[in-house]
Amino acid sequence: MMRNNQHGQAALQFNNVSFRYPTAETSAAKAKGRRNHPLRSFRPFPAIKTAVAGSQTTKSQPLPTHADQLLFDSLQFRVEAGEFICIIGPSGSGKSTLFKLITGLSRPETGQILLHGTAHDSLLGKVGYMPQHDLLLPWRTVVANAALPLELKGASRKEAEQRVTKLLGQFGLEHVANSFPWELSGGMRQRVSFLRAVLSGSDILLLDEPFSALDAITRLEMQEWLMEQWKRRRTTVLFITHDVDEALFLADRIFVLHDTPVRQLHDISVPLRRPRNAASLHNPELIALKQQLLELLRTKVKR
Amino acid sequence: MRHWKDWIAPFLLVFFALLAWEGIARFIGMSFILPAPTEVAAKLWELKVILFTVHLPATLQVIITGLMLSTLLGTGLAVWMNWSKPVEKAFYPLLIVSQTIPVIALAPIFVLWFGYTIWSKVAVTVLITFFPITVNTFDGLRSSSSQLRQLLLTMEAGRRDIFFKLELPSSLPYFYSGLKVAVTLSVIGAAIGEWLGAQAGLGYFSRRMMTQFDGAGVFAPIVLLALVGISLVLLVVLLEKMTLHWRKTE
Repeated sequence: MMRNNQHGQAALQFNNVSFRYPTAETSAAKAKGRRNHPLRSFRPFPAIKTAVAGSQTTKSQPLPTHADQLLFDSLQFRVEAGEFICIIGPSGSGKSTLFKLITGLSRPETGQILLHGTAHDSLLGKVGYMPQHDLLLPWRTVVANAALPLELKGASRKEAEQRVTKLLGQFGLEHVANSFPWELSGGMRQRVSFLRAVLSGSDILLLDEPFSALDAITRLEMQEWLMEQWKRRRTTVLFITHDVDEALFLADRIFVLHDTPVRQLHDISVPLRRPRNAASLHNPELIALKQQLLELLRTKVKR
Repeated sequence: MRHWKDWIAPFLLVFFALLAWEGIARFIGMSFILPAPTEVAAKLWELKVILFTVHLPATLQVIITGLMLSTLLGTGLAVWMNWSKPVEKAFYPLLIVSQTIPVIALAPIFVLWFGYTIWSKVAVTVLITFFPITVNTFDGLRSSSSQLRQLLLTMEAGRRDIFFKLELPSSLPYFYSGLKVAVTLSVIGAAIGEWLGAQAGLGYFSRRMMTQFDGAGVFAPIVLLALVGISLVLLVVLLEKMTLHWRKTE
């Protein structure tokens, strides 16, 4: 298996990453393009502000809940190139925030996030991201939607669409090239969304509960489809899910987020050979593992 | 497309309303107070040359110039407010407050400023149509989902990309509904502008007929004004259908 090259450079590595602001919706705009702006270190809530060394204190404002809660505390982990990682955890455990940090929409308070051994000033545009809802632009056709990341990287619309058109076959989208998103089924829309993430050009893909809105049968189809795509492309995938079965079926390793603040990820290897099928999950070892996972998630809920 | 049967009900309603109007007007028998529809139609035919060659073009000129100016200014201001928070903070409250000013009462001042030229009427039209275009376009620019914005950011989109690829397309449906309100208002604006002082135009003509106690003569240009309004709305609807062809059609 290719994942045991511990001595090489990890595709993704967290070095003592701490983060305490789970609702940093606005930080994205600041992170982009205003790097030397005096307001760069501005945080809208004073409790956080005081934590930033050297910043002046202002008069206090009411704090929203969780705003100053530490979410990640010196978090460390590494993901090897080509690995398929599933991340599970209850709502509010920081799964989505983890993705915001990796995509560059949020910045860690301390620590470093390395891609292939390199730290970047901003991670925006460095990884492919497939959001929970397909988030296709309703006024663009399938081809034009998938071409979006290429256009944003400077390709002309025509050449971007030509590149996309060549790829459609591999993604099973050739017959819907000129359809608009509302004409497609949920599964097809997710395929377009996945193609768009792939075209961001990164070999690291973040998938945020991509199949959670699909019906059970489509979902199974899409999981198998994703496995094929992953095998073919040899990309590194991080996949958030709520579903333990889905995680066991897809992942090489499962990261469990179950404690706040997160100091360490529960890192569980899935002892299943590939190719896998739905029946693979019925072997006793897997059932025991599933029990163990559910137990981990349940302890969080009790507290 | 709507089936022809859908048109039966409104057609019948208009038909019976006109019939009732005709009956009442004939019963009263004072056409300078309430002219019958047939009289209005006859008047329209009688005055067709002067109405269509002099007054309709004059009013259309005011309407089109006014609409173009307020579209330009309105979308411009909306984009500027969307681009810069201070601009939004400065202009947005003013924009709302400006709507409490009775524009019609203000109109005579434009005659003082611009005289009896076309520009005094255009000014009234612009003032009255500016608001719906600006506010709707601005709301439209703001309507784009923050999730989509974040997604575009993860693809390394800049402020310009987000504007052209996300905010502008999201704002189009809003812009069109603003424009639809604006075109109907523009007819009112032009007519009022002409009341105050003009040498030509449907509003001016209608008022002149009033001084002559010509009831049918008052109504005839108003019928034309209404037709202008309806055609302009239909034009906007057509434009909307053409540019927003991606929208789900029932």
